[in-house]
Amino acid sequence: MRLKNRHVLGWLEASPLALVLLLFLVAPIVMIVIVSFWGATEFSIYPAFQFDNYEFLFGSPVTYRVFLATLKYAFITWALTLAIGFTVAYFLAFHVRSLTMQIALFLVCTIPFWTSNIIRMISWIPFLGRNGIANQTLISWGVIDEPLEWLLYSDFAVILAFVHLYTLFMVVPIFNTMMRIDKSLLEAARDNGASGLQTLVHVILPLTKPGIMIGTIFVVTLVMGDFITVRFMSGSQRANVGRLISNDIGLLQYPSAAATAVVLLCTVLIVIAILLRFVNIRKEL
Amino acid sequence: MAILAKPKVGYSRRSLLKAGGAAIAASTLPAPMLWAQDTKDIVLRQFGTGVSNLNDVANKVKEDLGFTLEMTALDSDSVTQRAATQPDSFDIADIEYWICKKVWPTGNLQAMDVSRIANYDKIVGIFKDGKLTPDSEIAQGTAPHTVGFIPEPGATTFADEQTNWMTLIPTIYNADTLGIRPDLIGRPIESWAELLNPEFQGKASILDISSIGIMDMAMVCEAMGEIQYGDKGNMTREEIDATMAIFTEAKQNGQFRAFWKTFDESVNLMASGEVVIQSMWSPAITAVKSRGIPCVYQPLKEGYRSWGGGIGLSQSLSGMELDAAYEYINWYLSGWVGGYVMRQGYYSAVPETSKEFMSENEWGYWFEGKEATDVITSPTGDELAQAGEVRDGGSFEERMGSVACWNAVMDENQYMVRKWNEFIAA
Repeated sequence: MRLKNRHVLGWLEASPLALVLLLFLVAPIVMIVIVSFWGATEFSIYPAFQFDNYEFLFGSPVTYRVFLATLKYAFITWALTLAIGFTVAYFLAFHVRSLTMQIALFLVCTIPFWTSNIIRMISWIPFLGRNGIANQTLISWGVIDEPLEWLLYSDFAVILAFVHLYTLFMVVPIFNTMMRIDKSLLEAARDNGASGLQTLVHVILPLTKPGIMIGTIFVVTLVMGDFITVRFMSGSQRANVGRLISNDIGLLQYPSAAATAVVLLCTVLIVIAILLRFVNIRKEL
Repeated sequence: MAILAKPKVGYSRRSLLKAGGAAIAASTLPAPMLWAQDTKDIVLRQFGTGVSNLNDVANKVKEDLGFTLEMTALDSDSVTQRAATQPDSFDIADIEYWICKKVWPTGNLQAMDVSRIANYDKIVGIFKDGKLTPDSEIAQGTAPHTVGFIPEPGATTFADEQTNWMTLIPTIYNADTLGIRPDLIGRPIESWAELLNPEFQGKASILDISSIGIMDMAMVCEAMGEIQYGDKGNMTREEIDATMAIFTEAKQNGQFRAFWKTFDESVNLMASGEVVIQSMWSPAITAVKSRGIPCVYQPLKEGYRSWGGGIGLSQSLSGMELDAAYEYINWYLSGWVGGYVMRQGYYSAVPETSKEFMSENEWGYWFEGKEATDVITSPTGDELAQAGEVRDGGSFEERMGSVACWNAVMDENQYMVRKWNEFIAA
């Protein structure tokens, strides 16, 4: 009897969260999946069960090109944010000795987040433009004679904005796991004659894996779901999956947008599943 | 609707109207209503593209008519989306004629009784029989008069000729062309074909709104002599493919610096010198000029791509709100707004009444294409032209008389949209 009570209590305790997830996570996704099989005319959508949307999606070479571009953005941004994020976190965790200083410097990292995402992105545009500060400075230094055209409205600009926007998402979890590394392990490595590099590769890196993985998941999902950064920084000249979806929505093609969203969701889930094969986050947290 | 206000003293036309409205309301509502609803409690929700959603208009409506007009400005795609999917979110839709063609069949808008429109007879011919003058030719595309009338209330198809039921009351319209930076180009530009001239590689732009962008593309391809269209406003799949192929090639060769979707983006691209030739809208030119940067709305020999906007009434509008909406429409056509938009560089649907609200100099400059005799300022006070200058493109008849096509929705619209997506991703 008592056991049964505990059983009920457990269910009760879990139910608020389960309900919230059901209402705000599962239900919308189910809805999107359902709508992705519907049909659309120019100004309305009608319930149906047809594979037209998917057929068009998988039948168009544009889809593959755009998914490839999205993965490309995600991979390059990931590599750069990881390199920068790891370095910053390493500096904060192991080079800065006092805790007060660590916290102060960490807060400095978050300062850009006091303004909106969009503003941080758009402020790059006048900076990188043909007659922008970057080009003017380079010309006045005599480094270049003609303004560099590829600074703005290019893949370079898109990735620059992504890295700028999302590096902190890498710094925070990596810094967090590094702070939890037992310092005596580093001392032991040193006592056993390991060089700085060997300590880094064989001790610190394996121990920060969960942090890296969490940061990776943040960055990859953010980049793959983005559409506004790509639109502004490429001057609408490049496309990623997010832009395909937003274009469809703008043109009232909700079912086709839903189908693209479903495929994108599956892609992201597969990517994350692969990542989780490398590190068991739950075990190491 | 149920707010009761203090009774007003005196009998104006409006208070009589109001009492009439209250009587109807009293007979339909279960609760006894003793007092008239004050006009000032009426709120009409209008949404539309930025061009005509002007706060000054809302303020003037409050002043002249007493009721409140709430404005929401969106881009063309969002406007279409909202008109088609959220009929209860607005009372008045300020949309373009090509959007009307898309939205009307949803039944979200109600036709207007022409006999209640005081200045109907004075509306320019373009919106009635399609002809500016009796012998002018009707341009390609979704010409406003083709979607301006329906045979009877409730119909979802359009009438071929003028009827007593109008879909939209025309508000403003204009003839669009390419904007250029004369100081950075340094030679005369005369044809749409210049947009793809390799001379401007990396310095051209086109707008990323498929239904309008495709028209600009068509103007360019036709000017280059590459494609002969049956009807630019209603292309066949082959014509769409051929057009996109030309532009995709240009894009891959780096012809375009960027594409723009909003008014501000087009202004910034031009003002910063990123782009020297691009599709543009008239007030964007004004905005660039008001920063002291030379910018010309270049008339081209192939003619203009034209557009027209109008206001439509939501299907759910009835009773006093409907009366207020008619009052608003009649006020709209009575001249003040017309004068305002004409001084921005657009045209009013009833130029006659707008004339009274403009100075002789302004009327001469904006409408008749004459030399300005004094400084021309925008409604917000920015200087746009000095004495002696002439409007780009000349008079109303010259500009609206050389329209080559109207913004349009094609039968192959969905196909075109997909191709447009491919073009952006290419």
